[in-house]
Amino acid sequence: MRAGVRTYWKLVVSGFRQESHYRLAAFAGLVANVTFGFLKAAILFATVRASGGHLAGYDVGSMSAYVWLSQGMLGMVNLSGTHELGERIRSGDVAVDFARPVDIQGSYLARFVGARVFTLLPRGLPSVVVGALTIGMTMPATAQPYLLGGVSIVLGIASSFGCVYVIHVLGFWLVETRGLQLLYMVVSGFFAGLFVPLPLFPSWLHDAAYATPFPSVMMTPINVLSGQLTGLAAWHSVLVQVAWLAGVLLLGRVLTSAGLRKLEVQGG
Amino acid sequence: MTIIETERLTRQFVRRSRGLRRSPGRSRSLLTAVDDVTLRIEPGESVGYIGANGAGKSTTIKMLTGILVPTSGRVRTCGLDPVRQRRLLASRVGVVFGQRSQLWWDLPVRESFEILAAIHRLPARAGAMRQDELVEQLEMGAFLETPVRQLSLGQRMRAEVAAALLHSPELVILDEPTIGLDLLSKQRLREFLVAERGRHGTTLLLTTHDMGDIARLCERVLVIDHGRLAYDGSLAGLSRTVGAQRVLVVDLTESLPDLNDIPDTRHLGSEGNGLRQRLAFDAEQTTAARVLSAVSKRAEVRDLSVEEPDIEDVVRRIYSAHR
Repeated sequence: MRAGVRTYWKLVVSGFRQESHYRLAAFAGLVANVTFGFLKAAILFATVRASGGHLAGYDVGSMSAYVWLSQGMLGMVNLSGTHELGERIRSGDVAVDFARPVDIQGSYLARFVGARVFTLLPRGLPSVVVGALTIGMTMPATAQPYLLGGVSIVLGIASSFGCVYVIHVLGFWLVETRGLQLLYMVVSGFFAGLFVPLPLFPSWLHDAAYATPFPSVMMTPINVLSGQLTGLAAWHSVLVQVAWLAGVLLLGRVLTSAGLRKLEVQGG
Repeated sequence: MTIIETERLTRQFVRRSRGLRRSPGRSRSLLTAVDDVTLRIEPGESVGYIGANGAGKSTTIKMLTGILVPTSGRVRTCGLDPVRQRRLLASRVGVVFGQRSQLWWDLPVRESFEILAAIHRLPARAGAMRQDELVEQLEMGAFLETPVRQLSLGQRMRAEVAAALLHSPELVILDEPTIGLDLLSKQRLREFLVAERGRHGTTLLLTTHDMGDIARLCERVLVIDHGRLAYDGSLAGLSRTVGAQRVLVVDLTESLPDLNDIPDTRHLGSEGNGLRQRLAFDAEQTTAARVLSAVSKRAEVRDLSVEEPDIEDVVRRIYSAHR
């Protein structure tokens, strides 16, 4: 057990260090995040002001917090649907992964979390700082939202991995998963609250979004961090995240063993 | 304990012929990739597994490592059931797929090794010592900090071999490890494998199209053809069985008539008015040196080369001998 924890911890660290090699990509990502942040801020502020300064629980200060936290998290969670696993299944390189004494889903998850936590440094924090310095935003003054928010972010990162993993593992049956990835990119971003905060949705769409794991990926961490959700409500939404994470990881596991069986039985 | 043991190992694939769905021409046929193979490999052996493309080598390897379930028959690797105990087996076997990489493309070689050490749960000190040993033996010091994508093929293959050996496996399976390498790189890799085996008693199983790999690395040869084991024995015995001959090519300083009468050789042909002649000889009967000295008595030899028997040729001969 202890050896297992150490192995996965080392994989997290290796993912973190791998990501640190892509400095130019991180810088380009930051520029894109900040640019779109200003665009989002302009549109959403106008919307808030048009409604008399208050809209679905947001004023300009809290809307600014939403904009810059969502831009800051964009590099951390996987809303693009891309991952190397699909290509490895297609090319057969996945045989190398199966010839290792480690769980395939667990090892990819560990490396993903490590890599995405790294992007906090060159992309996540700078986006938030730029937003805070240029526009200003309302953030909680106590420590608890930040601590619970940190946990919530990691759960969001892991959940996004869990979803993307499911799509890629379907590659054992589908020749091509790029269509699914595209669908994921469109749907997940929308329901995760990337473009518009979910409280602004009409109630039927809001309910539809919360029937998917996507709000757990981004909206929940933002709500917890920004103090939009506090106390019991915050803890409750983090528990919902845990449940979604367990669900998508379990689905991925079931599909992995079925896919491995197919590989073993039918060859590939 | 026997390292590899198979009994009547068979693997069939369903092949659907191309054609439109539901069209009458679409049919299923069974392809037997590995057919009734029974073999035993003992610890410390070094075995070459040869055969033409599509003969069933890779299918066998996949069954030995638990990536593929046999259609029928039995297989044990390191005393384990490969499919059921795949992960346990993975910590005792190292596999080098010449065509697939187990390294991380964007990372320096050293970091790939560190990840693998974590995956194999090597204790920190033992892992570092083993890594140092491999770096020294495979002369990887110069490119340890280089990202894998920037390595030359020869450097990458050395790193791949080190990656497969990092956890000191009892059995190393190498699937065409020297493919595409230049002569010097091939030789270095072979020397390393010989030394590694000498130091740790590692069992080697390698597939190759290169007769040089077999000649320098393997005491025992298995030939698979159309899924069936066609030969199991020593390399010398194999050459004897099929009469595979080596060819001495000599470039002479003056034109000579065809050298038909050199003892224990067969004249294969002449070029350039007899300036270059090709003589086939059997390593069992004579040596290249004896043939050369006989030729030198007729004319001065300017240059020479010895051609090894071609694996495809050996396999072809075995196949025709079986029919």
